[in-house]
Amino acid sequence: MSYVVEMLNIRKEFPGIVANDNITLALKKGEIHALLGENGAGKSTLMGVLFGMYQPERGIVKVNGKEVRIANPNVANRLGIGMVHQHFKLVENFTVTENIILGSEPLKGMVLDIDKAAKRIEELSKHYGLNVDPHAKIEDISVGMQQRVEILKMLYREADVLILDEPTAVLTPAEIDELMKIMRNLIKEGKSIIIITHKLKEIKAVADRCTVIRRGKGIGTVNVADASEASLAEMMVGRHVSFKVDKKESTPGEVVLKIDSLSVKNNRKVMGLKDFSLEVRAGEIVGVAGVEGNGQTELVEAITGLRKAESGTVLISGEEITNLPIRDRNEKGISHIPEDRHKRGLVLDYTLESNMVLQIYNKPPFSKYGLLNESAMKTYAQNILTNFDVRSGEGAASIARTLSGGNQQKAIIGRELELDPKLLIAVQPTRGLDVGSIEYIHKRIIEHRDKGNAVLLISLELDEVLQLSDRIAIVNNGELVGTVIASETNENEVGLMMAGVAKERSI
Amino acid sequence: MRNTIVSLISIILGLVAGGILMLFIGSNPIEGYSYLLQGALKNIERIGNTLATATPLIFTGLSVAFAFRTGLFNIGASGQMLVGGLAASAVGLTFDLSRPVLLLVMVLVGLIAGGLWAFVPGLLKAKFNVHEVVSTIMMNWIAYWTIYYVVPGYFKGEFLETESKKLAESATLRTPFLTDMFDGSYINLGLFLAVIAVIIIAFIIDKTTLGFELKAVGFNRFAAEYAGMKVNRNIILSMLISGALAGVGGVALYTGNASSIQIGILPAQGYDGIAVALLGANHPIGVFFAAVLFGILYSGTGFMNAMTDIPPELANTIIAIIIYFAATSVMIERLLNKFMKRRSNRKDKSGPVVEKGDS
Ligand SMILES: Nc1ncnc2c1ncn2[C@@H]1O[C@H](COP(=O)(O)OP(=O)(O)O)[C@@H](O)[C@H]1O
Ligand SMILES: [Mg+2]
Repeated sequence: MSYVVEMLNIRKEFPGIVANDNITLALKKGEIHALLGENGAGKSTLMGVLFGMYQPERGIVKVNGKEVRIANPNVANRLGIGMVHQHFKLVENFTVTENIILGSEPLKGMVLDIDKAAKRIEELSKHYGLNVDPHAKIEDISVGMQQRVEILKMLYREADVLILDEPTAVLTPAEIDELMKIMRNLIKEGKSIIIITHKLKEIKAVADRCTVIRRGKGIGTVNVADASEASLAEMMVGRHVSFKVDKKESTPGEVVLKIDSLSVKNNRKVMGLKDFSLEVRAGEIVGVAGVEGNGQTELVEAITGLRKAESGTVLISGEEITNLPIRDRNEKGISHIPEDRHKRGLVLDYTLESNMVLQIYNKPPFSKYGLLNESAMKTYAQNILTNFDVRSGEGAASIARTLSGGNQQKAIIGRELELDPKLLIAVQPTRGLDVGSIEYIHKRIIEHRDKGNAVLLISLELDEVLQLSDRIAIVNNGELVGTVIASETNENEVGLMMAGVAKERSI
Repeated sequence: MRNTIVSLISIILGLVAGGILMLFIGSNPIEGYSYLLQGALKNIERIGNTLATATPLIFTGLSVAFAFRTGLFNIGASGQMLVGGLAASAVGLTFDLSRPVLLLVMVLVGLIAGGLWAFVPGLLKAKFNVHEVVSTIMMNWIAYWTIYYVVPGYFKGEFLETESKKLAESATLRTPFLTDMFDGSYINLGLFLAVIAVIIIAFIIDKTTLGFELKAVGFNRFAAEYAGMKVNRNIILSMLISGALAGVGGVALYTGNASSIQIGILPAQGYDGIAVALLGANHPIGVFFAAVLFGILYSGTGFMNAMTDIPPELANTIIAIIIYFAATSVMIERLLNKFMKRRSNRKDKSGPVVEKGDS
């Protein structure tokens, strides 16, 4: 059997942590190979080694059977290895073509030959069914399209081995299907793919083989056809994982959040949320289902105070908060797990210690007379990090930026739940998390409900909304299509309502 | 720690480059540097002058660094110094108070004037999103022309049209105790104020809830907003404090190192503050040492020029090169990383060797 890439006994350390400990991964020509592991298991690091971003402390990399030293990403490019990073590296106000040729600009004599490049990109795009317009600006295209631009970039550089780092984390379900089709096309053309993911469904759907790593150690490689989702999950987490959310019947109490005819403008200055009314009671989880961009962001930001409401009111336990400053709302018991953890959720250059008290640094015991009490902050932070199993190199003293995305997310959720809010607004709380963590987060959210608090859940994952919610509000085009009881509905009905039909069974 | 190493490497590289330049113009670098050091530190008087030269730089460096921690570029330290100096001089020339009270009032009005001068750009940024680089530079020129008219109009010097009346000895920050201790140097109470400012600012940045907020806004204003911090208020406040620091720097320059204000000059110390902050890695203690280094270079250069053929502009050149290296610190950090890696690799070789491919 011929391997295009072999990584043998790779070891890579970061200060205070062994990210890869003796890991071996071999990629066959023409296969889709999944790399599975929990958040922080060391997947991105391992691929970083292959792409020349990190130098391993130990171990060998072979490409087409020959041992190589990949000193930097340029060397990787030359060896035919391309990578799409978890966070895209595109210049927002450049066109697709400009982004793709950046760093390997084609010349006609002394001048840039953009047209030639654009033509080739167009051809490639057609050939692989990517459907990318080479002249579009990055800032104008969807995330899914941006990802395809990244894929094109690799193809343009004639990569034969494509590495995709959690490509589906940012995609909508339809875009995910599209991506899988593209991946199959690529294989047909003789490319080989390594895909990092922790969504087991996707592995079952596209991958041929799967290598599992856990806490930096290689657990093994299996044929996907011979493995079940449950067995893969167990390999990844190291214990049995339950996929079903266990929850009692809800016992709704008094109304905690009352939204009345709320209208909110979106970024394009037109109404993104129109005349929206909803109630969330103590002891219940209300899910909001909808295709991305149908008013969810506007709804959440108007409740939390990040965005101004044009008309309508928001009440917390009967008190109007429509125009209160954000801090006052927090103090009235609203907590918010934000959609974008890098933009809103964390000060990435702060330590975890500082991030864990981001809303309450000015309250005792964390400060007195305006002076910070660092030891109190530290104990508080450490407690959250242990409770939520946030893994980092240097504990509370780690800079938030150095954590893997999933661990950042767990830290944010820990911080918000620790505030014990009367109303928890959870936006995509498990985005980018592995099954073990998802199970845990779901349990904690239900626990929070059972303590008699209200939860508003916004998620693009229909599964999550269906499993976790007691009631589901469906939005379409900024309007409430209807509300259904979770136990009496199904994926089909909600899906139809998300598309704007089937209003009649609203309650 | 890392920042310190980067800054130190920048300084060494700058000095080496300066030495090479000296070689090019046919001078002996060892000799040149030894005269430079002698000029700055040879005797107690020169040491005093060096520290006095560093004093306004400490203030402007702190000013720039403080604003930068909140993500703001205060390019207007020059103008803030001017209005601070003008306000203090006006008080010193007008009021006949007992010395301690007079000095206290002078420092306070300088602080307030500088603060207000930076408050305007802060407000413009917060309310109308006007970039502070543009507005602080504009405020520099407003200060420049204000001095141009106010000084000849109200505080004209006895002999010269182009500068203000000299402050009475008792209305300056100079004090016999320091002057005597440093053998007649023009060192003055400004240095004490600067040291106090360093301590206060370091304290604010690292130990207070105010510093926590300001830094959070500087690193990520969206997260700060999310967490309930008042972003706009913090921007204004940060500019206010930054301007106040530069204002007191103006007091130290115009009523301590000098005793009058010349018209038609934007003090270079304002712009040097950017370099000082950069080299000091935006940390108050770093700023202090960077300012002292600049003080040494500036005050030693005259003596070096007198004793050798090396032109006095060399000091500026060396500073420029140091700043160049500090600004491209990414390069230095890469080098450092490579260096460290090589060392850890060497360590590795003594560890177990992996057998070659057997899959
Ligand atoms: N540049 C870095 N510096 C320090 N620690 C890092 C760095 N990159 C990753 N880590 C740590 O290494 C571990 C593995 O991270 P990563 O490879 O990103 O995990 P994942 O499997 O989620 O992609 C994590 O604990 C992370 O905090
Ligand atoms: Mg990763």
